[in-house]
Amino acid sequence: MDPQEYQQLEQQMTPPTPYLKNVLKAFFVGGIICTIGQAITYLYVIFFNFTEQTAGNATVATMVFIAMILTGLGLYRKLGQFAGAGSAVPVTGFGNAVISAAIEGRTEGFVLGVGSNMFKLAGSVILFGVASAFFVALIKLILVSVGVLEW
Amino acid sequence: MLFFNFLIAFIVGGFICVIGQLLMDVFKLTPGHTLSILVVVGAILDGLGLYEPLIDFAGAGATIPITSFGNSLTHGALAEAEKHGWVGVLTGMFEVTSSGISAAIVFGFIAALIFKPKGKAN
Repeated sequence: MDPQEYQQLEQQMTPPTPYLKNVLKAFFVGGIICTIGQAITYLYVIFFNFTEQTAGNATVATMVFIAMILTGLGLYRKLGQFAGAGSAVPVTGFGNAVISAAIEGRTEGFVLGVGSNMFKLAGSVILFGVASAFFVALIKLILVSVGVLEW
Repeated sequence: MLFFNFLIAFIVGGFICVIGQLLMDVFKLTPGHTLSILVVVGAILDGLGLYEPLIDFAGAGATIPITSFGNSLTHGALAEAEKHGWVGVLTGMFEVTSSGISAAIVFGFIAALIFKPKGKAN
């Protein structure tokens, strides 16, 4: 069988992507996770004297904590299979990527396994976040010093 | 009013996840590529001054999706750059973002202590 035939066969065999269903699932699960985040933000504002600005950081940390519990119990993986991007895009998905890699790494020991593998999945997010933030800030700094923009 | 804020968070957060799902389904990107793109988009939006208004509008709907990670990295870098110039771009970067990364590291370590691996990725 030549590669072209194989490709044709593969296309016939793969079930079509259920676009609408996937989008709806991502929307609802992602929306619910953000709603939970909103509730946690209000808890910090009302009971711990955070402002709505500073509560953001505490909320993110709390959400990652919840992700730890769900990941450890193997529930986040099931949620991910159902929700796709709905559970991957919120910060809990970032937490899940770090935490599941850490748990998996345990079999190779804490230094070479947990330590080295922790950012195996999430590392690209940090790399591109930091790199793009660097260039965006640099461009803005240049534009301000040239006088095109103001802070 | 409170209910309205929850609804906005739900819709905006859900909508950002839909963009991620479309990147994965329509453009056949891996989750890693999708999340990287969203982070870069968040950083650029903050550079254009658009992400803070979105947070004011949508609250957790804008702070919980990974785009806010790019936003807060850029935000820290810009805030320090305004005060200290060139050096600030590097020193300010993790000022705002630190909670997400430190939480992930600390809880990842604790999880590795408590939980046993269950075969294929948890």
